[in-house]
Amino acid sequence: MPGVAIGGVVRVLADDPAAANDIPAWCRMKGQEFVAGHGHTFDVRRVS
Amino acid sequence: MDAASAAPLHPVAREALLAALADGWADPSRLYAAGRRAQQLREAASAVVAEILGVRTDELSFWPSGTAAAQAAVLGGLAGRKRAGRVLVHSAIEHSTVLHAAGTAEAREVGVDRLGRLDLDAWSTAVAGPGVALASLISASHEVGTIQPVAAAAEYCAESGVPLFVDAAQSVGRVPVPPGWSLLSASAHKWGGPPGVGVLVVRKGVRWISPSPQDDLYRPGAQGAADLPAIVAAAASLRAVTAGAQAEAVRLSALVDRIRERVAATVEDVEIVGDPVGRLPHLVTFSCLYVDGEALLHALDRHGFAVSSGSSCTSSTLRPSHVLEAMGVLSHGNVRVSLHSGVTEAEVERFLAVLPALVAEIRKEAGL
Repeated sequence: MPGVAIGGVVRVLADDPAAANDIPAWCRMKGQEFVAGHGHTFDVRRVS
Repeated sequence: MDAASAAPLHPVAREALLAALADGWADPSRLYAAGRRAQQLREAASAVVAEILGVRTDELSFWPSGTAAAQAAVLGGLAGRKRAGRVLVHSAIEHSTVLHAAGTAEAREVGVDRLGRLDLDAWSTAVAGPGVALASLISASHEVGTIQPVAAAAEYCAESGVPLFVDAAQSVGRVPVPPGWSLLSASAHKWGGPPGVGVLVVRKGVRWISPSPQDDLYRPGAQGAADLPAIVAAAASLRAVTAGAQAEAVRLSALVDRIRERVAATVEDVEIVGDPVGRLPHLVTFSCLYVDGEALLHALDRHGFAVSSGSSCTSSTLRPSHVLEAMGVLSHGNVRVSLHSGVTEAEVERFLAVLPALVAEIRKEAGL
């Protein structure tokens, strides 16, 4: 994340069964935006 | 610190167990002297448990575990109301045994908020729907401690004529369970009784049909000989813990407050989950970012602390806890601490002293 510009989107690929729950939780805890998740693909936008 | 799974045997239960092993070995349904003695012991144990739960002895039955009692409640409650329909309304945070039983019915799940509190509006709509045979609500979450609005949920059920089953395994012996329910289950293992004793209450007038073949299909009871010495010990322990429950709740609740505050202050990137106020007195759960739940559990074990975890790597199904998922809280690096009467303030302090370094060490090993 530190290498991503504010407003930039990181696509996370994860097959961990906890990812669909924990990536949105991470966004909430770290003040970032969870954009969307499909299957094993999750998009996170850096907002701060 | 895993009383929510099993509390150590209460000293009173140990004494009662040994006495009942000597005196209560016979089949209580037999008419000879030893059988009558066993029958007396069973009646005395039933009377104690029934009085504490505020029910009649003929509404109470003992089962081989809390799990068996909960399944009997759901399956028997559904069977008894087959004519009404086959829908089971249940919260998203029920114990997995209730969810397994729900798999045999048409299940309608009702969600919870971030703190783990039932969505009462959705509940009221769900129980008023067509074909609802039974509703199921845990008295308080076994994973995060949040107390559920049982009284309000029961009122909505009553308006629609739907019986409510309450899984009270985490509450009985610690906090009162509000009235209004039709069926209730509990587990002696959680109140300092021996393992292998579950309690089921089916209130008078509630339709229940045995899910397994037996003599009287309408009378709740487990198959085969009950473990009478364990039942006697369970009743003795329940009487002892209930007598001291209020004072113990105050002591443990203060320790839980201390854990909630200190962990938040001393561990970075941690989420303390569950309702900070409307909660069980003895249970607290938190999740740590960038920490493997299993690694933390083992690290704590090496320091002499027994805790539970809802992280996926620690579960039998390799899935994260359905309770944490329903709340939308972090499941990674999850630790559940649940205290019993043998846990001292000094032990809680030692736990709080070692935890931050253990978390830091695991993060360092992960390259953070």
